[in-house]
Amino acid sequence: MADTLAPETPQATKDQLENRDIPKIVDAAIKKHGRGKDALIPIFSEINAALGYIPAQAITEVRRQVHDPANQVLVSDNKLFSMVSFYHMFSTKPRGRHVIKFCESAPCHVVGGRQVWQALCDELKIQNGETTPDNKWSLVTTSCLGICSVGPVILVDDDVYGNVTPADVAQILAKYD
Amino acid sequence: MKTIRSMILVSEDEKSNRLGGRELFQSLQAALQEFDLQEEVAISTITDLGRQDALPMVVVYPDAVIYGPVTPADAHFLVEEHLYKGRIVERLLAPAPETSDNASWLSARKGALPAEQRIVLQRAGRIDPESIDEYIVNDGYAALGKALTEMSPADVIAEVEKAGLQGRGGAGFPVGRKWGFVAGAPGNPKYIVCNADESEPGTFKDRLIMEGDPFALVEAITLAGYAIGAQEGYIYIRGEYGLAYQRLKNAIEQAHAYGMLGKNIFNSQFSFDLHVHAGAGAYICGEETALLESLEGKRGEPRSRPPYPTTHGLWGKPTLVNNVESLANVPPIIRNGARWYRTYGTPSSPGTKVYTIMGQINTPGVIEVPMGITLREVIAIYGHGMKPGSTFKLAQTGGSSGSIIPAALQDIPMDFESFRKAGVSLGSGALLICDQTTCIVDLAKVLLQFFRFESCGKCTPCRIGTQWAYETLVHITQGQGQLSDLDSLPKLASQMEMISHCGLGQTAGVPMRDMVKNFRAEVEAHIVQGTCPAGVCPMKAPKGAAKKSKRAAEHQAAQQPAG
Repeated sequence: MADTLAPETPQATKDQLENRDIPKIVDAAIKKHGRGKDALIPIFSEINAALGYIPAQAITEVRRQVHDPANQVLVSDNKLFSMVSFYHMFSTKPRGRHVIKFCESAPCHVVGGRQVWQALCDELKIQNGETTPDNKWSLVTTSCLGICSVGPVILVDDDVYGNVTPADVAQILAKYD
Repeated sequence: MKTIRSMILVSEDEKSNRLGGRELFQSLQAALQEFDLQEEVAISTITDLGRQDALPMVVVYPDAVIYGPVTPADAHFLVEEHLYKGRIVERLLAPAPETSDNASWLSARKGALPAEQRIVLQRAGRIDPESIDEYIVNDGYAALGKALTEMSPADVIAEVEKAGLQGRGGAGFPVGRKWGFVAGAPGNPKYIVCNADESEPGTFKDRLIMEGDPFALVEAITLAGYAIGAQEGYIYIRGEYGLAYQRLKNAIEQAHAYGMLGKNIFNSQFSFDLHVHAGAGAYICGEETALLESLEGKRGEPRSRPPYPTTHGLWGKPTLVNNVESLANVPPIIRNGARWYRTYGTPSSPGTKVYTIMGQINTPGVIEVPMGITLREVIAIYGHGMKPGSTFKLAQTGGSSGSIIPAALQDIPMDFESFRKAGVSLGSGALLICDQTTCIVDLAKVLLQFFRFESCGKCTPCRIGTQWAYETLVHITQGQGQLSDLDSLPKLASQMEMISHCGLGQTAGVPMRDMVKNFRAEVEAHIVQGTCPAGVCPMKAPKGAAKKSKRAAEHQAAQQPAG
C-alpha cells in the first residue's frame, strides 16, 4: 500500500505537541540502534511505535542526524521517505487511536475470514485503510501474521485475537476506549 | 495447586451418543470415584477425535492411548487397569489407522498415534527458552564444542554436505554446497545472514523454532560462521514476530555472558558476533537479495542476480543466507553425524520437515515428521482427520507461492524429489487443507490479492501481471468471466514465470495455472453457467462497480488472436 507523499497539515494541537517530541524520540532511537545504514529501519520502527505514524518532520530529523558522508552514510529526505513508504508496518499518515489489522491471507480466508471482515466493516462503517470520523479506529488489512493455526486472526494494536467469529467482533471492539 | 496426572477424553458426537457415549462418560466418572482417582485424573468430553470407525472413543493422556469402541460396561475395567494399575488394555485399543510404507519408521504403537520425529523441535516446549543452562543440559552447545575442538571448517562443511541437508526455505538447495561457495569466495570480511523473515501465509514453523529453542539457532549460526569463516552474523526477523525477537535478543546476551559468542569461543581462535535485526513488514524481504537490501536500510527490492550473495552479499561481501529451519538442522548433524541424519527421510531428501497444518482439519498446528510421508497421512494422523462434514478438496502447500494439490495427488510422498516429479512444490512447509466449501476461483483471487499487495513494483511483469490477474479473477467471481480467460490466465502465468525479476513474480501465477489445470470444470461453471458450485462467489457485480480497468482490457485484447 503506497502512501502518497502528503505534507502533514498542521491542524491539531496534538500534532504540534508530537512534533516538539520528535527530536527527543529520534535521539533515543539513535542512541539505541546507532547511526549505521542498518539502523535506519529499527530507528523508524521506534518512531512509528511512539507516534503511531512517521511524520515528515521525523524523516527530516533522522536525515539530519544520520547523514554522514565521511562514513558513507548518504541519505536524503526523499530516499528515506521512499524507504519508509515501502514497508507495511510503517504509516506515513496519522491513524486512529487504535489500529485494527485484519489478516487477509488464504489460511484465515478459508476458515471464515471473509465473514469476519464483513462484520468489522459493518460494525465500524469504514472500509480498508480508512479511519472512523471520531478518530478512534483505523482498519487495515495485512498479510499473514504467522498465527495461522487459530485463524481467522485480527490484531488490535498489539493484542492478538484468534478463532474470531463475526459474533465476537462487537465484543472485542468494546474492550477499547 | 491441584496436580493432574492423567487426562481422559471421551468422544461426544451424534454417533458416539447413539452408541452410549453419555453413559460411558458417567460410568468412567463413577469408576474414577470408586478408585478415588477423581483428584488426580481429569475427564472431559471432546466433540470430534477425527475418527469415525471406533466410536465411542476414549483417549488417555499423557500416554496418548486411544481406545475404541468402548462401552459403558468396559469403563470400570478400563479405569482399574489403565489408571489405577497403569496397564494398557490391549483388547479395547482402537484399530491403528492405515498408513503407507513411508510412515513405517514412525515409532507407531498399536492404537496410539505414531510419534512425530522431532529433530529441529526436539527441545521446543520442553525447556525454558530463556535459560541457557537448560539448553546446555539438553545437548546444547555440544555441536559447537565438537566442531571448534575436533573439526576444521572444511570438516564441518563436508559433514553437512554428506548429510544431504537441503534448504528448508522452499527451494531445497543443498546447504553444504552453498556453504562451500561462501567459504571459497574471495573477499573479507564474510557475513552470515539468517533468513527469519517467514512471511509465506500459513507458515509459522520458524517462529516456533525461534520462540521455543532460540539458543539452537544462535548455536547453529555460530557453527555456520565457523564453517564459512565469518566473524559477524545477522538474524533478519520479520517485524511481526515480537516474542521471537525478544527471545533471540535474550539468547544472544546470555551466549555472550557464557563466552559462546564474542572473542575466542571455547578457547579457540574463532570469534563471532551476532545481531538481531527486525524487519518492518514486507513479504518480498524473504527473497534473499531483497532481504540484504532491507538490512542495508533501503527499500526491499530484489537485486539482479548474478552476482549471487555467496560472492556479493551484505555490503558487497560474500554472504551466506540460510533459512531458520535449515540452520537448526545443523547442530544435530554435527553432534550425531551425517550417517545418523540419513536414517531419517528418503535417500534424496534426508531428515525431517516441519510442517504447519491448518484449514478444515480437526487439529491445526505444527508437526515435525520425516520427509516422505504423504499428505493423506498427515491429515489422518496429525490433523486428526477432516472436520465433521468436511471432504478433502485440495491442499495449498508452501504458502502463497506453493502449489495447489488436488485430491488425486494426496498419496505422493512429501519430499523435494517426488514433488518435483509431480510438478508441484513443497515450498515452505505450510499445508492449508481446504474442503468442499472452498471455491477454487475465490482461493486464487485471495492468493493473487496477496501478490498484488506484496509485489514490490520493481519489475513490470510482476507489478502489472498480478494486478491484471487479480482483476480477471474478480470478474470471474462476479459472473463476468470469459472462456478466453481459461487460456489467457495460464499464459500470463508462464509469461510472468519467464520474465519476472525474482521468485515472487515467477510463482505468483502458479495458483491460476493450477486452478485451470486441476479444476477447469469449476471455473467453467462460473463462466458458462454463471454459478459458483461452492456457493462462495457473489456471481454479480457490486452496485456501482468500476468497469474493468482500461489497461487490463487492452492487455486482454492483445492476448487474443486477431480476427
